[in-house]
Amino acid sequence: MRDFWIIFKQAFLSKAKSKAFLITTAVVVAGIFLLANITTIIEAFDDGKEESTAIPVVADNEALVDRLGQQRTAMGEDSELEVTGDSRDVLEDQLKEGEIESFLILRAPGGDSIEAEYVSESSEMFGFPMMLQEALQSMQTEMRAAEMELAPEQAGALFEPVGFEQTTVSSSGKTEEEMNQARMLVYVLMFLIYFAVIMYSNMIATEVATEKSSRVMEILISSVSPVKHMFAKVFGIGTLGLVQMLLFGLAGYLAMKSSSSVSEMSEEVFSSLGLGNIPASTIVYAIVFFVLGYFLYAVLAALLGSLVSRTEDVASLITPLTMIIVVGFIIAAMGLSTPDAAFVTYASYVPFFAPLVMFLRVGLLDLPWWEPALAIGLMLLTIAVLGWFGARVYKGGVLMYGPSRSLKDLKKAIQLGKE
Amino acid sequence: MALELNQVTKKFGEFTAVDNLSLAIGEGTMYGFLGANGAGKTTTFRMILGLLNATEGRITWKGQPIDYGTSHTIGYLPEERGLYPKMKVEDQLVFLGELRGMKRNDAKAAIRKWLDRFEVPQNLNKKVEELSKGNQQKIQVIAALMHNPELVILDEPFSGLDPVNVEMLKSAVKEVRDQGATIVFSSHRMDHVEELCEQLSIVHKGQQIVEGSLRDVKRSFGRQNVRIRSDYDLTGLQSVSGVRNASYALDGAVFQVTDDETAHALLQEALNAGPVRHFSIEEPSLQDIFIAKVGNEHA
Repeated sequence: MRDFWIIFKQAFLSKAKSKAFLITTAVVVAGIFLLANITTIIEAFDDGKEESTAIPVVADNEALVDRLGQQRTAMGEDSELEVTGDSRDVLEDQLKEGEIESFLILRAPGGDSIEAEYVSESSEMFGFPMMLQEALQSMQTEMRAAEMELAPEQAGALFEPVGFEQTTVSSSGKTEEEMNQARMLVYVLMFLIYFAVIMYSNMIATEVATEKSSRVMEILISSVSPVKHMFAKVFGIGTLGLVQMLLFGLAGYLAMKSSSSVSEMSEEVFSSLGLGNIPASTIVYAIVFFVLGYFLYAVLAALLGSLVSRTEDVASLITPLTMIIVVGFIIAAMGLSTPDAAFVTYASYVPFFAPLVMFLRVGLLDLPWWEPALAIGLMLLTIAVLGWFGARVYKGGVLMYGPSRSLKDLKKAIQLGKE
Repeated sequence: MALELNQVTKKFGEFTAVDNLSLAIGEGTMYGFLGANGAGKTTTFRMILGLLNATEGRITWKGQPIDYGTSHTIGYLPEERGLYPKMKVEDQLVFLGELRGMKRNDAKAAIRKWLDRFEVPQNLNKKVEELSKGNQQKIQVIAALMHNPELVILDEPFSGLDPVNVEMLKSAVKEVRDQGATIVFSSHRMDHVEELCEQLSIVHKGQQIVEGSLRDVKRSFGRQNVRIRSDYDLTGLQSVSGVRNASYALDGAVFQVTDDETAHALLQEALNAGPVRHFSIEEPSLQDIFIAKVGNEHA
């Protein structure tokens, strides 16, 4: 067991201390902080000379404009309205020149109805006209109510909001809002799992191939059994992966907390990521599927790495492995919008896809406990089988030199391992 | 006997890499393992180390088969450089030393001692890939010897080194032997084997051709070289019965003979022809034996 830890430590430390690892980690952490503080940074570059946001209003009745201003203040909006004497044509020219962003034409023909036209450069400002319309609508309603001489209670009764509640009866049993939050979170975690699995299994294969090509392998396996060496390597780099992911997570958390625009911006991000109320089970599942997915692919990668004798050949042997992960990712990506589709359900039990697809389903749907448990069980079984098989290949593979780029060498390696 | 190989055969499919090899190596001896490329030397070493299992036969170290339980007492230097190119010398050797059962601090002390001995203490914190071939080999030798192994296996330890480094490494190996370690090493440099080994074995195409102590091997070879220097023409001496082969140089000739009588007859004949300035009976060099044995096999 001592040997196991020595190799574990070496695999972990030599990578953790390597420049490539430190730089990658630092860059990503810096990126996270940068993103979290992006609004502050943009503000710092802003010269502070905000152009007037007052919206020119063409109106025949100034009281109406004042009333609209009051109404909007009551609704919690603060953009200013400014009565202008310019004609519509002049304003349209100004709009085209870019001097103003929009203007409003307001009329109250007959005194009990309101007609308005909102002219803007583009239809980008989607929310603003809606709110304007809403404000004007309530103004008109008030005007009419006044005209009908309704008692305040009667008016109140008229405006009483309807009892409206939204409930969904999909298999997920989650509301649309919850789904969107979960979707975002699952997407982010899925990406992490995907990248981590590709990155670290590549790291393992390269590491094993390097040890072989530098022939240090011969010394290693003369003191430690190849099987122990393989698993120590897989665990060592796996731990490195977990540490790196935790660092990223911690950086993300700290960045959000410390960000100067913490008040609104990051809370918005938190809630849009579904981080405000992350179900603990989703995080636990993310870790479980990350770890299992990693082991599944890492054992395979170690096995493939043991077959090549030059690091240059790693890429070609590892391609099929990468393809499998990519397919899994595509299925999962499609499943984001339709997590209850049949092909997603089936794929989620395939051990090679499960880390991504079953995680997606667990995150988005309310599954009976046995479904993820079954997928996890199948993955564990596959890892055990691959570990057993990989160890046999590895034992012979590490002694095999010469041009080896194909899976045909598997047989040769197993034979050599037996001898 | 410390290390024993008893009728060991190794087959890879149809191919026989090592055929019925038997060796007995005493404790504290230096054993030379000679053979051309592809003779089965590395395969034999891998079997001794337990990396490969013998198809037939038995290998024991002090009566026990070698496995990962005994690997701490073994030092191994593989034929090609076996080091992490990107790792620093100290980290690397500490790692390899720990794998051989050393404590971290003991390993560090041993590394410093050995680097001083090899006159390269400045390499402690350099990456292996930055070192010259000779200096890399020194690190490799340290990796094989630092944990004071009882059995040391050196596969071509001196190949590709300059004479100064060869001497340095040779003296280190001798020292380890004097401290009681059993050393097996392979080489195709006959002069090194001749200088270092009490016992040796020559293998060719998996088969053992010669085995025994250096003296016995030379005696049983049954040929000696007679060197004569004279100002007279010596070509006539080739007709003396018992002379197998002759080669001539400007100032004399070397005759290959099988027994002392022929040598004496040669001297008589030479003296008859004129004054002899030099006469000697020389033992065959290992080189002669190797070429004769392996060369014959080729033919």
